Amino acid sequence: MSGSADVAPVASARALAARVRAGELSAVEVLESALGEIERRDGELHCFNLVTADRARSAAAEIDRKVAAGEDPGPLAGVPVALKDNLCTRDVPTTCSSRILEGWKPPYDATVVGRLAAAGAVSVGKTNLDEFAMGSSTESSAFGPTRNPWDLGRVPGGSSGGSAAAVAAGFVPLALGSDTGGSIRQPAALCGVVGVKPTYGVVSRYGLVAFASSLDQIGPFATTVGDAAALLEVIGGHDAMDSTSLALSAPRCSEVLDDGVEGLRVGVIADFLDDASLDCAGAVRAAAEVLAAAGAKVEDVAIPELLHGLSAYYLIAPAEASSNLARYDGVRFGLRVDGPDVEAMNARTRAAGFGPEVKRRIMLGTYVLSAGYYDAYYGQAQRVRTLVARAFARAYGQFDVLLAPTTPSVAFPIGAKTADPLEMYLADLYTIPSNLAGHPAMSVPFALGDSGLPVGVQVLAPALGEREMFRAAAVLEAGAAPEARAPVTGGAR
Amino acid sequence: MAGELSAEQVAHVARLARLELSPEESERFAGQLSTILEHVEVVRRLDTTDVPPTSHALDLRNVLRADELRPCLAREDVLAAAPDAEDGRFKVPRILGEAL
Repeated sequence: MSGSADVAPVASARALAARVRAGELSAVEVLESALGEIERRDGELHCFNLVTADRARSAAAEIDRKVAAGEDPGPLAGVPVALKDNLCTRDVPTTCSSRILEGWKPPYDATVVGRLAAAGAVSVGKTNLDEFAMGSSTESSAFGPTRNPWDLGRVPGGSSGGSAAAVAAGFVPLALGSDTGGSIRQPAALCGVVGVKPTYGVVSRYGLVAFASSLDQIGPFATTVGDAAALLEVIGGHDAMDSTSLALSAPRCSEVLDDGVEGLRVGVIADFLDDASLDCAGAVRAAAEVLAAAGAKVEDVAIPELLHGLSAYYLIAPAEASSNLARYDGVRFGLRVDGPDVEAMNARTRAAGFGPEVKRRIMLGTYVLSAGYYDAYYGQAQRVRTLVARAFARAYGQFDVLLAPTTPSVAFPIGAKTADPLEMYLADLYTIPSNLAGHPAMSVPFALGDSGLPVGVQVLAPALGEREMFRAAAVLEAGAAPEARAPVTGGAR
Repeated sequence: MAGELSAEQVAHVARLARLELSPEESERFAGQLSTILEHVEVVRRLDTTDVPPTSHALDLRNVLRADELRPCLAREDVLAAAPDAEDGRFKVPRILGEAL
C-alpha cells in the first residue's frame, strides 16, 4: 500500500507501528506527513505551543536505523505523539501556557516522556492548555485558545484542549494529557476522541507540573479504544521517582478488548441525566442499550452524593494549587519582575506572570486555607471527599462499571463562558467525582449531538478497574455512530 | 459566612499569596470569589459527623527509597534556568530591611 492518505497519521497507532516495525513504512515518512499537516492547518487550530520538528526528525531517523539494523524499535515505533505542555521535556521549553514559565527549559524529562521515547514513539511537540491546566476550554492559555477541529468557532474543551484537538485534527494518532477534574475526558468528548484518566498512581506524575497533586493524573488520548490501551501500557507502571506511584505494572487492557461484556454489571448514574442536555443524556441511554444488547446487566443507580463533588473539588483543587504554585516566585525559574526587596519582587513577578484564572484560583485556595476558614471550608471539603468515595464504594458493591455522560453539553462557542467562572466550572460536574476518589474513567465518542457535534459517553470503574472499563469501552466503540468519531481528515468540517 | 468578601479580606489574602493586585482586579475577585463560595456553601451544610477527611485517594504511608547515594541534577543545569545566579547560588533582591 502507498499514497499520502495511507501514511497520514490518522491511521491507527498500532497499525502504523506494526508497519514501521516490519519495515513497510519509514518513521521519517510518517513523521513528515504529520509535520506537513501541522504546518498546513495548525495556524488556524493552534493545537501546538511548540513543534519540535528537528528533534522529531532525529528520533524518527533513529527508529528507521534500528529497523534496518534488526534492533527492536519498540511497540510504538514511529508513531507521532503530542505532549501537553505541562509535561517536562529536557532542554525543550515547557510553558504550561503561562507567561511565568515562558522560555523555561526543564533540566529533565518527565517519566512518561522517557517511556514514550523508549517505546519508539516520536514526540512532535507541546500542546496548548488552559494556563497551568486550570480551565475547561483552553481559553485561559496565555497564548490564545485552541479551536475545535469540528467547528472553528467552538472550544475544544480543556484543559488538555490542544492534545485533544491535535488527535481530532488527524495531526497525531496519540497524545498525552493530564486530568485533575476532567481535563482529559472533557476535551476528548468535545473533540470526538477517546480520553482516559487512569487510576491515581497508575501513571507516574514525575515531571508533570503540579496543579493539585492529590488529583492530577496523566493519561492517553487516541482515536480508538485499542490505541488508548496500547498507550496506557507504555506509560503506566511503577516509577521510583513518584512516591505516589503504585507498585504495580501497567494494566494490560489490550488483551481484554475482545472479551465483550457478557454478564458485566453496569450501573447508569441516574443523577447525572437530569441536568445534562438531551443529546448527552440520550447518548447515555443509547449506550446502555448497546451494552445490554451485548449481554451486560444494565440498571439505573442513584448516587446523589456525587453531585456534591464539584463543590468539594473547587475548594480542594484551588487549595492544593495555591500551595503548588507558590514555587513561581521569580527565584529558581521563569519570569522575574524586579522590586526593591524580595517580597515585592515575588508579588510583582506573580502579578505579571499569572493570568486571571490562575490568580482567581490562587486567591480562592489561599482564602480557604487561611486561619479561621481552614476547617469550615477545606476540612469540610475533605470530609465530603470521603462521602463521595463511600458513595462510589456502595455503587461498586452492585456494579462492575458505571455509565454517565462525560459532559453536560457538546462543545460551546469560544467566549460563551469566559465571563462567568462558575459556569465554566460546571462543565466538569460529571468528571470530577472520579478524581476525588482516585478512580479510572474514560470518555468514548458515541453519537452526534446538537449542531452535529460529537458526544462522549463516560465509563467509570473502581480503583484498578481499568480492564473492565476497557471491555465496556470497546463494546461501546463498536456500537457507536461512526460519524461521531474523529479524526477529521482533509481539513476542518 | 458567605456574604461578600470585603476589600480588606481580599487585600489580606493577596498579601498571603504574594500577588500584587490592581484595584480593578481586587474588586472583581471580591465579587467572583463570593459567588464561588456561595455556590460551594452546600458542602458546609452536609452532615459529616464522624466522617474522617480524605487528603489522598491512596492509602500510602512513608514511601521511602533506600538511603543510597545516586546521581542528581547538575547544579549548573538547574541554575541555568534561574533569572539570576551568582557563585553557584540563586541570587535574589534584598531580604532584610534598611536597618541591616
